[in-house]
Amino acid sequence: MTTTSPEIRSSGAPGGARPARRDRGEGVRGGLLTALTWVIAIAFFFPVAWMALTAFKQEAEAASNPPTWFFTPTLDQFRAVIEGGAGVYFANSLIATGVSTLLVIALAVPASYALAIRPVKKTQDVLFFFMSTKMLPVVAVIVPIYVIAGRLHVLDTIWTLVVLYTAMNLPIAVWMMRSFFQEIPGEVLEAASMDGAGLMRTLRTVLIPMVAPGLAATGLICVIFAWNEFFFALNLTAARAATVPIFITSTMTSEGLFLARLSAASLLASLPVLIAGWVAQKQLVRGLSMGAIK
Amino acid sequence: MSTLVESHHRREAARRGASKTPAQIERAEAWRRRAPLLPALIFTIIVTQVPFLVTIWYSLRSWNLLRPGTDRFVGLTNYADLFADSTFRGAAVNSVIFTLGCVAAAMLLGIGLALLLDRKFVGQGLARTLLITPFLIMPVAGAMIWSVSMLNPTYGMVNWLIGLVGMDAVDWTSTYPVLSILIALVWQWTPFMMLLVLAGLQAQPKDVLEAAQMDGAGWGKTFVSITLPQLRRYIELGVLLGAIYVVNTFDQIYLMTAGGPGTASANLPFYIYQRAFLGFDIGQAAAMGVVVVIATIIVATFALRLIFRSFEQKD
Repeated sequence: MTTTSPEIRSSGAPGGARPARRDRGEGVRGGLLTALTWVIAIAFFFPVAWMALTAFKQEAEAASNPPTWFFTPTLDQFRAVIEGGAGVYFANSLIATGVSTLLVIALAVPASYALAIRPVKKTQDVLFFFMSTKMLPVVAVIVPIYVIAGRLHVLDTIWTLVVLYTAMNLPIAVWMMRSFFQEIPGEVLEAASMDGAGLMRTLRTVLIPMVAPGLAATGLICVIFAWNEFFFALNLTAARAATVPIFITSTMTSEGLFLARLSAASLLASLPVLIAGWVAQKQLVRGLSMGAIK
Repeated sequence: MSTLVESHHRREAARRGASKTPAQIERAEAWRRRAPLLPALIFTIIVTQVPFLVTIWYSLRSWNLLRPGTDRFVGLTNYADLFADSTFRGAAVNSVIFTLGCVAAAMLLGIGLALLLDRKFVGQGLARTLLITPFLIMPVAGAMIWSVSMLNPTYGMVNWLIGLVGMDAVDWTSTYPVLSILIALVWQWTPFMMLLVLAGLQAQPKDVLEAAQMDGAGWGKTFVSITLPQLRRYIELGVLLGAIYVVNTFDQIYLMTAGGPGTASANLPFYIYQRAFLGFDIGQAAAMGVVVVIATIIVATFALRLIFRSFEQKD
């Protein structure tokens, strides 16, 4: 914003020594701002870069003071993490994340259709209700969920997490999908309606293809929140159904050094979301704003 | 839209034959519209509202899982105990500090960074990618990076850095537990705020900015009189959504300080967790949950109104 485009600058100041000096001033200022941007960007990224670096160290190098900058990279920590049983945790996380995201989509698409295309009465109230469940603190329901899950003998099963993650992500998905459905032009709906196509067919053949990018964005957000979830996993699972975040904490030991192995586990755990988020930055913004930002 | 719906309505009615009264047809139509919504609605009610009703029931009972047979109705005793509990008050204060502190700091930093990124420079895309990374890191991993790699008293990077300028090593998570958690939280949430504000900046009509510059308005004046009002609803949205998540912060506290030393850095979610899963005091934990929800409802009533304004302006 501070760098005005060349046309404006020249139109604002037609030639002469003064504008030229001003240009140079802007150039210096622009350079400084760019440098500042890079310094801050690197500072924010540094903890992650350091974690990635540490993952390739031996434990002694990882916990040295002063820090070790140069070392021979090793894959020992990754080997230890994988041999240490990471597979089960990753499989559990994959099931909890994958199945809950599919369930969210299956429930949110018809619901948001009902709220956007052929609005039901009290649409505002329903949206209000969905949003209010997001504001309900998780801690307020954890006690009965724990007790009820215990009575139903579903503690430490992955399906308990699937149900809870579905409920956790459903409100965001409904809000997001509603905003995508609202963008579909009326003529398209009219044409589908003229053909006498039923709801399921209209959804499948006309609407879903049109909101496919939105569906992908919604799915991405659900995947991120489910994959990263820690509180339910900590309280409702033990040995059998524990997920990746629990695995990270299990690499901490009270004796001996663990920083390099912890870093390797953290890197592996974060990588799927990291890559997905880097690739889909635009969809991420839309998802995080629950569809409020286009 | 309405004519489309009405014509659809009429065709549907015609197809079903004239044997039904208009009122019946209308009712059937209403249910047909409602049907796709019901699975999601019923699911959400069962999974979120039913447990909350049970929480209210538990909060009226004295029940410790470690002492079987203690389960009995005690009325509002749990609530009375709660307000006499100074740890609960401390945790409530910490909840406010974490939420306000994190959201305010992350938003200010986010606005600054968004302004810096909204310029053309070499490697703009890469800089943005680096800046959003903290938000994409698994929060558990982020908390571990901060508590072990960065803030550790003997080999943490922060102590090494301040050692370079001659400052003494600090045991961050013991001496400044609240600050340490805030640092990790702000680091994680700044990218989120930055992304929302950046979206707002890029949605600005360029001709208005150009006109302002033509008129000779300086950068500061343009920012205050044009950009900031334009950004307002993006900022509101960021503050609200950020607050919804940050108020529930648990991971960082559990992993960085375990609420300590003592209960110095516990917030309400963490304290409730302690009472329920370490103390097994179901009645007390439930009563705290209910109080948290009531407080949230009070704040949220105002917040939701704002949210609706933000969302509806767009439509």
